[in-house]
Amino acid sequence: MFADYTWSELGSIFAMQGFAGLVLFSVFVLMALGLAIIFGQMGVINMAHGEFMILGAYVTYMCSNFFQSAAPALMPISFFVAMVLAFFASGALGMLVEMGLIRFLYKRPLDTLLATWGLSLILQQTYRTIFGAREVGVTLPDWMMGSLPLTDLVEIPINGLIVMAITLSITVAVAIVMFRSRFGAQVRAVVQNRQMAGAVGIDTEKVDRFTFGLGCGIAGVAGSAFTMIGSTGPSSGQLYIVDTFLVVVFGGATSLIGTVASAFTISQAQSTMEFFLSGSMAKVLTLLTVVGILMLRPQGLFVLKVRR
Amino acid sequence: MTPMLTSARKTELIGFVIVAAVILLLLPAVTDAFRLNLVGKYLTYAFVAVGLVLCWGSAGILSLGQGIFFGLGGYCMAMFLKLEASTPEATSIQSTPGIPDFMDWNQITALPWFWEPFHSFGFTLVAVVVVPAILAFIIGFAMFTRRVGGVYFAIITQAIAAILTILIIGQQGYTGGVNGITDLRTLLGWDIRTDSAKTILYFVNAFLLLAVIALSMAVRSSKLGRILVALRDKEDRVRFSGYDVAAFKIFVFCFAAAISGIGGAMFTLQVGFMSPSFVGIVPSIEMVIFCAVGGRHSLIGAVYGTLLVNWAKTSFSESFPELWLFAMGALFIAVVMAFPNGLAGLYTSHVQPLFKRFGRKSAGRSAASGTETPAIAE
Amino acid sequence: MKTNDKGAAPRSMLRRKLMIGSAALALSLAMAPRPGLAQSPPTSEVNTTGLAVTDDTVTVGILHSITGTMAISETGSVQAEKLAIEQINEMGGVLGRKIEYIQEDGASDWPTFAEKAKKLLVQDKVAAVFGCWTSASRKAVLPVFEQYNGMLYYPTFYEGLEESPNVIYTGQEATQQIIAGLNWVAEEKGAETFYLLGSDYIWPRTSNKIARKHIEDKLGLKVVGEEYYPLGHTQFNSVINKIKLRKPDVIYAIVVGGSNVAFYKQLKAAGIDMTQEKPIVMTISVTEDEIRGIGGENIEGAYATMKYFQSLENENNQEFVSAFKAMWGEDMVIGDVTQAAYLGPWLWKAAVEKAGSFDIDKVREASPGIELTTAPEGYVRIHENHHLWSKTRVGHAKADGQYEVVYETTDLMEPDPFPEGYQ
Repeated sequence: MFADYTWSELGSIFAMQGFAGLVLFSVFVLMALGLAIIFGQMGVINMAHGEFMILGAYVTYMCSNFFQSAAPALMPISFFVAMVLAFFASGALGMLVEMGLIRFLYKRPLDTLLATWGLSLILQQTYRTIFGAREVGVTLPDWMMGSLPLTDLVEIPINGLIVMAITLSITVAVAIVMFRSRFGAQVRAVVQNRQMAGAVGIDTEKVDRFTFGLGCGIAGVAGSAFTMIGSTGPSSGQLYIVDTFLVVVFGGATSLIGTVASAFTISQAQSTMEFFLSGSMAKVLTLLTVVGILMLRPQGLFVLKVRR
Repeated sequence: MTPMLTSARKTELIGFVIVAAVILLLLPAVTDAFRLNLVGKYLTYAFVAVGLVLCWGSAGILSLGQGIFFGLGGYCMAMFLKLEASTPEATSIQSTPGIPDFMDWNQITALPWFWEPFHSFGFTLVAVVVVPAILAFIIGFAMFTRRVGGVYFAIITQAIAAILTILIIGQQGYTGGVNGITDLRTLLGWDIRTDSAKTILYFVNAFLLLAVIALSMAVRSSKLGRILVALRDKEDRVRFSGYDVAAFKIFVFCFAAAISGIGGAMFTLQVGFMSPSFVGIVPSIEMVIFCAVGGRHSLIGAVYGTLLVNWAKTSFSESFPELWLFAMGALFIAVVMAFPNGLAGLYTSHVQPLFKRFGRKSAGRSAASGTETPAIAE
Repeated sequence: MKTNDKGAAPRSMLRRKLMIGSAALALSLAMAPRPGLAQSPPTSEVNTTGLAVTDDTVTVGILHSITGTMAISETGSVQAEKLAIEQINEMGGVLGRKIEYIQEDGASDWPTFAEKAKKLLVQDKVAAVFGCWTSASRKAVLPVFEQYNGMLYYPTFYEGLEESPNVIYTGQEATQQIIAGLNWVAEEKGAETFYLLGSDYIWPRTSNKIARKHIEDKLGLKVVGEEYYPLGHTQFNSVINKIKLRKPDVIYAIVVGGSNVAFYKQLKAAGIDMTQEKPIVMTISVTEDEIRGIGGENIEGAYATMKYFQSLENENNQEFVSAFKAMWGEDMVIGDVTQAAYLGPWLWKAAVEKAGSFDIDKVREASPGIELTTAPEGYVRIHENHHLWSKTRVGHAKADGQYEVVYETTDLMEPDPFPEGYQ
């Protein structure tokens, strides 16, 4: 398939394909990071994760509408305002859900799956009632669309760059929170040994609530970022849920580094295969590979050593 | 211990008789042909729910991919029926007569090899049970011997469901794609679309379901069943006691898959088509929910749970089409939060004590019968 | 029944003529509200098969997904059908009877469609059903309609390969939609190479098959790539790179649903400027409805081939658009399928009045040849094969989310669900 092309053409295509892989990687990390915290750290199977993402997307939609009509001059920064709001909206909803639902179910992780599935149905229908069944178009600031032409062939999509930047900052922020802050130490203590953490005076309930809220908030940011590349509709969240869980499980659920590593592996595999095969087959092969590796190495790529 | 077990068995038997009466007598008596056919469709999901009670309730294996096996069973039956419907005479307008219409649309000129055996009804009947069981064996063998369990197993089965759906949709020349295999008319020359045929199929389905429940009860009350419960609660201890834990898990997973396949085949017969939408993640989760609503530990509860959820779904969506998802979501949350053991749990905690109070007088008799049956209980 | 028919033949012939006359009259008066029709034949005559027809009402069914993933697309159809029913009722209904509807939710789930279709036909005994959107849902309900002898008015453009006596297809079948557009892009734009792309299911695959045959065999041009992605796929960067590598003149995209939004946003972000001469993006799957989700600025410059665009300039359409907005809100947009759905109740009314009866068999017999001069898309006529003769248009997407019609076939395109040479 490459016989007809010059070396420079091939070079630029591979460069762009590499970039596409990196964008996909960022998307996967963004999707999975919130879930990695909720599922990996707390053991809650949050089937409504996609709906928390879409909440962020709807917040972005409302925000951009608001700026368009009320303060068009501020439009260029509307997206970042929206992102912050999305974090707090999804985070707040997450904490509410934790208080009303999840905290009764910590001892029954599989039941969280059923309850959050019910929650996702309710959220979807809520979005449908409020925003209508159709997808909404989110107007983005002009500067965020389009691409930077490097050479004739190589063009760098700006939204891809932004997604990567957001992913990087969120990942760094999460890493700092989890590994350098007092709160992070408490979360890790609770994950490793709940009774012991309680015994040394950590308010485990409060830690749970904020951890869940943090995970949902990150989902909201992800949803907000995905308005640049995907659709915003009541059931759009469902598109992401399987991939998200696979990324987290493949990484070894309890390890945040594992999540990043697994997002990288899966995204590179998928984007390479998509280039050489047709789209559907690439997806099937990627999933099969992941499942195959998980069968050989059920604990995932990275494992947190915990004495039980 | 022994008298308790026997009394539990006795309630189970009574429950079995009641459910048999409900399915075989009550429902056909109070519903018209159309609604009865609907109930028949719901009861095919009950096969999956019963399988989940064994897998999840007894052995602690939660599979989010039971739709795979339901779908495979259904597809096996659909392939047979489609071949029967695709006679050269009926398909004479096609460029290749004698093959299913969707193959012709996809420029396939000869019947693919894996369709060939489905000309035989006997083979199809075997395949309905064996194909899901084989796939379950492969999955189970790969996972359980490596001690994958719990949430991981659930998510991997979910991924397999996603893979299979994409494959079926993508290979539409061989599988009918997203439309599925449609327009099935006759079974061995017998028109399955008439009301009388649907009623007969309803009863066939009902008897099969009761047989499956009886078989599952036997499995549960056997030594095997108790090992399953033991490994659900303390897998390591069972392993240290010298049992091959994986083998037991694989067995129960395959068993659940096989009965799900029967459900799928009965679905195809009663509804008249099979589509990849059953293989996917959403139906698989819904089936887990039927089981949870009924009570994950109760085989009988699974049947009631399936009927209740589906009846609620149909009637909510008929009367409040815009709102029914709220009601469904609320139902799931309520079941998990308030009635973790589902309908069966409600029964044992609220209804049974009432019976006990009224049944004091006959206590002597039940104690007497209790002493007669230790051999069975053992 | 047969002897009865024979005995009554002369009278019913007379009645039929009268009915044609009155139907034509009604149609020629367009949608102006009119007091009820004077004559209203007795129920026993117009309904011999026990449908839900009373002396002043007739019940029909609306069967679309209002929940689930397909609700996005099907909402417009529901709205159009309700509008048409209301307008017909304002004009006095059908054979002097007001139309009442029972709406059921298919929930984006094909077995549910079959279940609800059966309910509508068996339990509610509706005289006609307006509904379905995806091919899969139509395939699921088709046996039900054939078994219980119902009448389905199906609004979506679809892949063809079907011709049921129990369905009237008010959207275009694939050849109608595709061929005119390809001819146009080859002649007007001088396109020579094509990249075919689609979501992975029967409609895009069949359509692309027809497109490939036409491009290679009839036009003698070249297809440089063909590719399918699973429904709901949201990452198109790899295929966009492949497209860039092959440098096709035309990207022929049949991507649907949520994938649509992702595809066009990423296409634009990757620097493929659709407002330039090349590459041309041509689609048969993006109506004005979808553009709302995609955002007009993201698809500006693309071409779509369909039979209807909201911007069509004719009186029928202006009335239709303003009536639709008056009923459902000023911010509504109307796409091809919405308009086709709107035709359903009108075509049914015309057929019932021509037949002088609600009986399914008589309506079916009366249907071929039914004309609608009041259709928003212009003139349509039902073909013997139950599809519609209609014109095909090419629209050029503008940033405000509307299409500008740049080309229209001079003649009506003949529907050809089993096209010779395209199989």
